[in-house]
Amino acid sequence: MPRSQERALHADTVTLAAGEGGEFHAPGIGEFLGLPELFFADTPFAIDRIVMVRLIAIAIMLVLFYIGLRKAKRVPGHGQSLAELAIDFVKTQIVDQVLGEKHGKRFLPLLTAMFFGIFAMNITGIIPGANIAGTSLIGMPLLLGLVAYVVFIYAGIKEHGAPGFFRAQLFPSGVPWPVYIILTPVEFINIFVVRPLSLALRLLLNMMVGHLLLVLCFAATHFFFFSAGGLYSLFGIGTLAFGFIFTLVELAVAVLQAYVFTLLTAVYIQQSVSHEH
Amino acid sequence: MDIAGITGNIATVGYGLAAIGPGIGVGIVAGKTVEAMARQPELAGRLQTTMFLGIAFAELLGFIGVATYFIFV
Repeated sequence: MPRSQERALHADTVTLAAGEGGEFHAPGIGEFLGLPELFFADTPFAIDRIVMVRLIAIAIMLVLFYIGLRKAKRVPGHGQSLAELAIDFVKTQIVDQVLGEKHGKRFLPLLTAMFFGIFAMNITGIIPGANIAGTSLIGMPLLLGLVAYVVFIYAGIKEHGAPGFFRAQLFPSGVPWPVYIILTPVEFINIFVVRPLSLALRLLLNMMVGHLLLVLCFAATHFFFFSAGGLYSLFGIGTLAFGFIFTLVELAVAVLQAYVFTLLTAVYIQQSVSHEH
Repeated sequence: MDIAGITGNIATVGYGLAAIGPGIGVGIVAGKTVEAMARQPELAGRLQTTMFLGIAFAELLGFIGVATYFIFV
């Protein structure tokens, strides 16, 4: 089989499930890597399916917010009240609760953008036609993690000055000095390595695993219905039902991961700027 | 690898093993939050925020279990 044809086969999960000679192939990492490049092929700006989904999702989100808030009035119309409801959720549930009045105001635009950006790219995982989350390749979560990293270090340095910030983070007060021998390296790794990486990995793996589960369910349904035959079709009904249930679970996960990412970023900022730490 | 006569790759059961700890952890976090919310319903909002934080940390370990499959197989 020629290489390009093989790649096209990888991209199309239904074909993949049918496989050669009706055998079942479990979905793997090929769902995400080595997809055919649609535009600007063989350049660093190559756009494959996932990148295209990201761009479209972000564009749709921007257009929706633009339509909703284009002519903001004191008495909001339908679109405006929906948009305000969404932004108010981020403000009351995340920013005000964690950061409080003073710092909350400064970081509200960033955290709002983060929440809706992540949400728009997550939700494509269950939108028919897109069917893959924009955050299910490492690039985007890593970039978002990097933004959070830069912001919480910047916020801390701005608040305490560089020496004060690093002293407060790496040498927390209230412990006898020999403890610092163990505590300081642990805190260093925790704050400056694990935090951004865990943010990125949590988002990436949640979306990746969710997509794999959906592919597994629907690929198995296809296999049971069309390849296995006989009584095995009954299993297909079960896997189809599971697929629908997991689609609903994915909807919850898409919101929850956007929420958790934004919440953790807010908590890290709060820990950087707080004085009693 | 050969464990007790079963042949195959240990990575295929890795996620099952990795899910035990975070499963217990998430259960404890959620259960304790329900307990706390029952005691003080007026704090439900803040408790929920903290619960999601706790779940996020516990759950990450499970997801690292998923990642190791792709790294080591």
